Amino acid sequence: MIKARDINVSLARKSVLRAVSFDLSEGDFLAILGPNGGGKSTLIRVLLGLQEYEGDLTIAAGMDNVGYVPQIKTLDRSFPARAEELVATALKRRWPWSIDADCRSIVRNALKQVGVDHLASEQIRNLSGGELQRVYLARAIISRPSLLILDEPSAGVDVVGAANLLDHIEAYRKESGATVIMVTHDWEVALHHATHVMILKAEQISFGPSRDAMNEQAIRKAFGHVGHSHDVFAGGHDHAH
Amino acid sequence: MIEALSHPFMQRALIAGVLLSLLAGYYGVFVVQRKLSFLGAGLGHAAFGGIALGLLMGVQPLWVAVPFTVLVAVAINWVRGHTRLAGDTAIGIFFSVSVALGILFLSMKSGSSADAFSYLFGSILSVDRTDLILSSTLAVVAAITWHTHWGAWAYATFDSESADIEGLPTHRQDTLLIILIALTIVLSVKVVGILLVAAWVVVPAAAARLIAPTFKTMTQAAILIALISTVLGLLLSYVLDLPSGAVIVLVQAVLFTLAMIIQNMRSD
Repeated sequence: MIKARDINVSLARKSVLRAVSFDLSEGDFLAILGPNGGGKSTLIRVLLGLQEYEGDLTIAAGMDNVGYVPQIKTLDRSFPARAEELVATALKRRWPWSIDADCRSIVRNALKQVGVDHLASEQIRNLSGGELQRVYLARAIISRPSLLILDEPSAGVDVVGAANLLDHIEAYRKESGATVIMVTHDWEVALHHATHVMILKAEQISFGPSRDAMNEQAIRKAFGHVGHSHDVFAGGHDHAH
Repeated sequence: MIEALSHPFMQRALIAGVLLSLLAGYYGVFVVQRKLSFLGAGLGHAAFGGIALGLLMGVQPLWVAVPFTVLVAVAINWVRGHTRLAGDTAIGIFFSVSVALGILFLSMKSGSSADAFSYLFGSILSVDRTDLILSSTLAVVAAITWHTHWGAWAYATFDSESADIEGLPTHRQDTLLIILIALTIVLSVKVVGILLVAAWVVVPAAAARLIAPTFKTMTQAAILIALISTVLGLLLSYVLDLPSGAVIVLVQAVLFTLAMIIQNMRSD
């Protein structure tokens, strides 16, 4: 279980995250929404232990094995590497000079789990956005994490790639019972796949079960309007449970 | 060519050249992949400031240039990590200040400054026993770091955030890396000169980048290209009586061109 109370973060004397409080249980899927610069990635950094904060954050002992999928736009795509080397970093905790047979077997199994074992020897610069994110997902789940954190995994990924990625995330969550926390701009994912939603705009505007937290008032407060998504509030097929 | 190897100064130059080329190739891959190519020029010119100070003080210039350049390297790394300035801006500032200080120190020095200008273009005649000892020590350190730090440096080069999450002390390791790069550049100044030391570090790694499929093979290829170009360049410079630094870098440029051709052939 994850329990957060009054998480506050200031950077250069400016408050970038205020009054964030939430509870998550095993197997929950939290989608974090909000405008750019709203503190979503800052909250992720707090959860990963990379950002100092004020407040209370408790991550239960069983949940401290964390898998992380970063935004691919922050990665150096020109780095000369094969997909299997990237996945192997999760086992070796550093870039591998070589990969032995045992390590290669574990890596290939992880890649197979997300449907990209055929790309093991492929250069990462040749992978599409969706393929690279699935390689990163393989890397994240190789150690069977109980907490999976993803920062805008669909950024730079086409619609089909994003859907495939989400399928694999859901499959892992259901198979392992892991808790998933995902920063996303995709309201459909938040409404129909997540169990819980948090809307952030420097401060926590709402948190709760998806349909409750994604109310029109909260969305207007965060984004200033509801865009073209009136049907977001109209109901639809729910994958969340 | 065989006759060249019978001269003690040429033997010293070759040994120093071989050791330093291994280091330039090894560290050059991090310089290139982290987009720090300007760092080589910055630290080379920082070495100029240190050498000028050493000449003004009337001591062996290297003994002043080494700590001076390391200090500049650490300062550049600090500014990059603690201010909003981009890396090349930080380097440019220290580059300019070091050159200005170097000119100032030389103007204050009595007598001729001709020895200072030999550092600009490199002088294999001036490689002495101290240079060999320092180069050998640095090569041993590099061999140790290949085992202890290469993987962590490579990981942070590709994805520093994930390296942080894994608990790697990336900031401390980056500082160590930049210090070792600074030491390599300072010691290389005698072989290739201040004006070309940046190219000496960057070109082999850039050529390797074109043909290597993995960071491991990029490292190996950069070391090999640096080694071949240095040995060939030194021997050619002796035979043709030309500045060693210039010939070495021109040989590197030929190898870089070959790498480009190979890359184009592969993509066809």
